[in-house]
Amino acid sequence: MTGSEVVMRLLERHGVEVVFGHPGGAIMPIYDALYDSPIRHVLVRHEQAGAHMADAYYRASGKVGVCFATSGPGATNLVTGLATAMLDSSAVVAITGNVPSGLIGTDAFQEADVYGITGPITKHNFLVKDVSELPRVLTEAFHIATTGRPGPVLVDITKDVQQATFEGSLEAEVDLPGYKPTLVGHAGQVKRAAEAVRAAERPLMIVGGGAQCAADEVVAFAERTGIPVTTTLMGIGAFPAGSEQALGMPGMHGTVTANRAISHCDLILAAGMRFDDRVTGKISRFAPNATVVHIDIDPAEISKLVRAHVPVVGDLRDVLPRLGAELGRLDVGPWREQLAAWKARYPERYETGETLASQEVLELLRQASGGDCIVTTEVGQHQMFAARLFPTSRPRSFVTSGGLGTMGFGLPAAIGAAMARPGETVVCVAGDGSVQMNVQELATLYKLQLPVVIAILNNGMLGMVRQWQELFHAQRYSEVYLADSNPDFAKLAEAYGIEGHNVFDRADAEARIAEAFAAKKPVLLNFFVYEAEKVFPMVPAGAGVDEMILGDQEAPEAPREPVVSA
Amino acid sequence: MSRHVLSVTVRDQPGVLVRIAGLFARRGFNIESLSVAQSEVPGQSRTTFVVSGDDPTIEQVEKQLNKLIDVISVVDHTHAAAVDRELMLIKVRVRSPEERVEIRQIAQDFRARIVDVSRSALIFELTGDEGKVDAFIEQMRPFGITELIRTGRVALSRTAASTNRASHPTQAPAVARAS
Repeated sequence: MTGSEVVMRLLERHGVEVVFGHPGGAIMPIYDALYDSPIRHVLVRHEQAGAHMADAYYRASGKVGVCFATSGPGATNLVTGLATAMLDSSAVVAITGNVPSGLIGTDAFQEADVYGITGPITKHNFLVKDVSELPRVLTEAFHIATTGRPGPVLVDITKDVQQATFEGSLEAEVDLPGYKPTLVGHAGQVKRAAEAVRAAERPLMIVGGGAQCAADEVVAFAERTGIPVTTTLMGIGAFPAGSEQALGMPGMHGTVTANRAISHCDLILAAGMRFDDRVTGKISRFAPNATVVHIDIDPAEISKLVRAHVPVVGDLRDVLPRLGAELGRLDVGPWREQLAAWKARYPERYETGETLASQEVLELLRQASGGDCIVTTEVGQHQMFAARLFPTSRPRSFVTSGGLGTMGFGLPAAIGAAMARPGETVVCVAGDGSVQMNVQELATLYKLQLPVVIAILNNGMLGMVRQWQELFHAQRYSEVYLADSNPDFAKLAEAYGIEGHNVFDRADAEARIAEAFAAKKPVLLNFFVYEAEKVFPMVPAGAGVDEMILGDQEAPEAPREPVVSA
Repeated sequence: MSRHVLSVTVRDQPGVLVRIAGLFARRGFNIESLSVAQSEVPGQSRTTFVVSGDDPTIEQVEKQLNKLIDVISVVDHTHAAAVDRELMLIKVRVRSPEERVEIRQIAQDFRARIVDVSRSALIFELTGDEGKVDAFIEQMRPFGITELIRTGRVALSRTAASTNRASHPTQAPAVARAS
């Protein structure tokens, strides 16, 4: 058996069904072994997209995503994808070919120090220069990627190892004396956490991306205790957005209610979240009156940014049921009434006119989906609007680049998510700027004919940058104008063989959206939306969450019905 | 800000020091000294770091080090019984026979060993804690130090057990939040 066959057999043993990748010189022996393997391969048009697809495949399914790339430029193209997966704790195994071991360090053709380059942006990485190490390394790679706090692992395999003859067993023991994730929460800490929560009058649960695998436990805990819940961008779907207890997203573009809850609460129960600066704003103004109970699987997140009074290291699936069992119904009636009053006073609101508004397009998409689809996003204003107006109520169904904020994520992520959940419709909410960063993947999408609706909210601008320039740079609009040189996105889609429509008004939008959902194949809808729209409320960078700019979310007159109600 | 001596046991893997150095650089932690060598366990090295920072920073340093897969254990010797030593080689200029006598007398008081002798210089080997090494340097300065090298501190815990078993802190200590 060759080293390459060892790789394929081990992927098969780990239950890998699909690999996203792009071949090249230094990984050709592995592609040769792939030729005879039952594992399906998705041929991407750029390796970055392959990494995003593998990442989204994990996020949508909980099954590790795998991608392949060749040495040098192939592997360096993975870098953004790996960093994206790292910051959002996504289990990805990336396998790269490298030049033959004898040429390593000689500046050989397509040689780069991939092991060195990817060290800081992976949970761990390996360079394999001896074929006998392959079973152990690959077994460890899957173990590390999927256990504890998930993350990307890269395995760089020299070409001579891929070609070498392997004799021995594919069975390998994991030998990682320095790696023992803590899954079970400390009993004393759980008890102390319960005491703290019980003592609080105004408790608030903040649910993050770590809860995507523990949605049942989050819901059970919240229902048992009655605690109000805010879900971060990464936590969307881990608690149903339509619940009466749900306050929406906190932070820079969070809801008024969620941010006020943070400022006024006397206890924060943080579950699988890491106090990102986009959530906390200025730390000294974040929850100034609150006792902080922090549950996380990664001890390094405890007290990294916000000091935890009661830390509990462990898996939410273990800790939350035990914490819930210690607690009964909390006496939070007056607090819940206060929050309900804020929610009623500050519903989502926006102006509509002749030109489509981004928000109304998202509302139409949400209505058409019946709340039953996967949403992926690119990065920018449309992402924040989607988080607020198109949140999903199921876990693993809102797939977005939160930590790294990677433009170019959404389209490949839609493909990865659609591969992970066959039959389900995926809506890729995109901007006209972001979508062009991996637009070549329309070819991959055409080939796979997946039920993906690409909804471009086209304002002809880099909208979020424009918003900051308007608010904080004296309306000096430096390099944000795209409309004069954007392609005709409908024609672009057609050039790839994908149905595409330009949409200008509400009636057309409704009809096209209905058709696109019914089509069960790729459709690109290019919505021309109001160019100067801003995402409000907004907490300016460096300000406290109590210093929101309300903008058009100000409610001077009688409150309207909230838009997100189901 | 205080100085902490950390013993970090690592797996002998290619690139493990790069991982540690990269972590310190990336997260803005300051290393004052670093020494690395084989430990008593084959395949494992013991490194000693002197790191300065406030308590939350040092807590983060320890946790981030523990997150590295190749790091087996991290022990902070600052608040526990430990011995630490440093080795220095120092080359001192000698201008006259009288100076030579004087320098040798001081060296004797410090129990520094002469390891090389020439007409115009002496090289001493000195082992001790950091204060002793610093004091010897100050004593030699008036004579003229041509060059010196220090290993940085190495430390061992005084407890009977080895420190290089996996010791991931499972629960961070509860610390009252500064309001």
